[in-house]
Amino acid sequence: MERHFEREFEELKERLLWMGGLVERAVHRATHSVLDADGALGKEVLAGEDAVNEMQLEIDERVTQLLALHQPMASDLRFLLAVTRINADLERIGDQAVNIAESADRILRHPQVKPYVDLPRMSELAEGMVRDSLNALVRRDVELAKSVLLRDDQVDRLRDQVFRELLTYMMENSSVVYPAFELILVAKNLERIADHSTNIAEDVIYIVAGRDVRHPAADRR
Amino acid sequence: MKLRALDTGFVLLAGLAILLIVAMLAVILGNITIHGWEQVSWEFISAAPETGMTEGGIFPAIFGTVLLVLLMTIFVVPLGVAVAIYFSEYADRNSWLYRWSRQAVNNLAGVPSIVFGLFGLGFFVQFVGGGIDNTLFGGQLTFGQPALIWAALTMAVLTLPVVIVSVEEALQAVPRHYRDASLALGATRTQTIFRVVLPQAMAGVLTGGILAVSRGAGEVAPILFVGAAYFLPHLPTRLNDQFMELGYHIYVLSTQSPDVEATKPLLYGTVLVLLVLTFLLNLTAIAIRARLRLAAGRTR
Amino acid sequence: MTTMTTRDFPLLKTHVPERKRAPAELTAKMDIERLTVRYGPRAAVDQVSLPVYANLITAVIGPSGCGKSTFLRALNRMNDTIPGVITEGQVRLDGKDVYAPGCDVIELRRRVGMVFQQPNPFPKSIYDNVAFGLRVNGLVKSRAELDSRVESALRAAALWDEAKDRLRRNALQLSGGEQQRLCIARALAVAPEVLLMDEPASALDPVSTAKIEELMFELKKDYTIVIVTHNMQQAARVSDYTAFLLTGSLVEFNPTPHLFTTPTDPRTEAYITGRFG
Repeated sequence: MERHFEREFEELKERLLWMGGLVERAVHRATHSVLDADGALGKEVLAGEDAVNEMQLEIDERVTQLLALHQPMASDLRFLLAVTRINADLERIGDQAVNIAESADRILRHPQVKPYVDLPRMSELAEGMVRDSLNALVRRDVELAKSVLLRDDQVDRLRDQVFRELLTYMMENSSVVYPAFELILVAKNLERIADHSTNIAEDVIYIVAGRDVRHPAADRR
Repeated sequence: MKLRALDTGFVLLAGLAILLIVAMLAVILGNITIHGWEQVSWEFISAAPETGMTEGGIFPAIFGTVLLVLLMTIFVVPLGVAVAIYFSEYADRNSWLYRWSRQAVNNLAGVPSIVFGLFGLGFFVQFVGGGIDNTLFGGQLTFGQPALIWAALTMAVLTLPVVIVSVEEALQAVPRHYRDASLALGATRTQTIFRVVLPQAMAGVLTGGILAVSRGAGEVAPILFVGAAYFLPHLPTRLNDQFMELGYHIYVLSTQSPDVEATKPLLYGTVLVLLVLTFLLNLTAIAIRARLRLAAGRTR
Repeated sequence: MTTMTTRDFPLLKTHVPERKRAPAELTAKMDIERLTVRYGPRAAVDQVSLPVYANLITAVIGPSGCGKSTFLRALNRMNDTIPGVITEGQVRLDGKDVYAPGCDVIELRRRVGMVFQQPNPFPKSIYDNVAFGLRVNGLVKSRAELDSRVESALRAAALWDEAKDRLRRNALQLSGGEQQRLCIARALAVAPEVLLMDEPASALDPVSTAKIEELMFELKKDYTIVIVTHNMQQAARVSDYTAFLLTGSLVEFNPTPHLFTTPTDPRTEAYITGRFG
């Protein structure tokens, strides 16, 4: 028997995934604003920030109401708790995308420091992780979620590489400090985006399998 | 231990009481059946009495008794149901009307049967009957004398309290929520009573009827002056006819018979027939009530 | 936009959220003003005022003995059947006070139907139960019309499938949940405008309760519903507006999501969180 509240859950999920879509697009536009030296893309990201924030507020309000009015149990309860966390992570990813767009604006005022090698790789990975964590949510795919968790290390390594490279450039040539510094920030933002995607993937596993896979090293005794 | 002994003691006492009652019943019925059985025959039941009650049958008395009881029931049941409905459903418990009528019914229950007989004579026969004669028959004596209808009415007044009490109890037993449900659907109080409450209380109505019938078949004092006759050559056909009645017949046979020994067998026979008749009347009513209960019970 | 055109964002295509529903216009089907109901010296309902909006479900919650049932029964003047009850204030149905002299109580009870806590079908057949209201009010002229109205009432109460082959059988043979739906059908048969439900599911098992709750969502489209319940969670699940009563007085009346997430009155908060003494 379909219960009335099931529709409300569906609507909530729709909104969460829509927000995911907005955020995914923002990340893509922001990174390509840097990589393709396209200032217009960066402006689009900044323009879309309000929509993302509004959606976050709406989702939180809906979750509060669903908890108060429907006393959900078991998987419904896990779903709602995870939605609040995913919601927060998506909003943070959105913020990181905005940061990247702002950095892009400043970077583009200077000539390109060096050919981009690692940054495109990082951005591919990070974008992929965002996309896959959301797809894992849509398809309730635990394996896909786990694959996201595995890529985080790669992203961390790439970030370290970018740091080392750019630091070397900055030490050798003081005129590139501004853009190089901004590029380091961009790498940092991408690494944060990857982290948040990892969180989302962990929440998906929680929703689907009921297992809390956060902080496996923490002593649970 | 003491409690156990008390328990067993009480059970024994109760058993003894039951035995006593059964024994008494057995003695009475036994005596009557033994002596009356040989007297009862088809002829006895179907023929009229002959030669000064020493021979023949008692059919007219049987006929009269049945007619009396039927007529009484026709009067007492609707009236009793109406009063019971008033008490149960309409009356304001604080009003003087309710309190006075309640008292009246209670007192009525305590009046000795012979007083009913005198009442019947004074009120029904002389006052009402005389009045009818004066107004409708120009003074000619038609209703102003002992008659079937006056006897039936007197008996109805006598058995009224018992009917009222049974019906009222049955009405009160109908759960309140049925009335609520009916009223909430837009039914009036009257509709609720007649469509919901009364049908459910039907078993109680029949109980009242049964109790009335038992008394009606057996009481003699009320009909002494009001309609019963010792010997009539014909059966009662009109409401203002007199009638023979079993109980009255027994009374006369045993007190005013010229030859006691000769009439003794007839007496036993008549008593047996009266008992059997009462029993049959009761049985019919009980059977109808059981049918009703079964029909309702099938639904539970 | 350069590389944008080669990338696709499927989520933005497939999961477009519906626009937020604009709040519907509210009309008050019933308006209660300073309603006070007394048995003797104590007021069971004390100066309660609130609107009952059309085609919405209004819940009345509160601890035992707070007067919610008395309040409900005042809406269709069922308290009149209790001797010694004094009612003051106004209860307006479509603008007209039902306690005004000259108001037809019988017609009122047809327009404002009631379902009770204990399922109480008459010991008659299913058909006769549903037809009862139609018959006593003289609402149908022909047998065919009666048949069709009985059927639509049973359908509206989600009981037709279970009952259609058993119409002549006695209603008391149905299960508790079915009996309660029969009582709902019986009330719906006379085409009321408002349905008052006094703890309709408290005597039922969880599955039957869920069915009744789903039924209420369906009924909302055509009727205005007022439900009294001691089960707060039920009020939260089902109603659009909630009124909280305490010892006969109205403490708070608000849209349900508001009342259950951020109640205005601290007493409401104490009751909802279960911290009542």
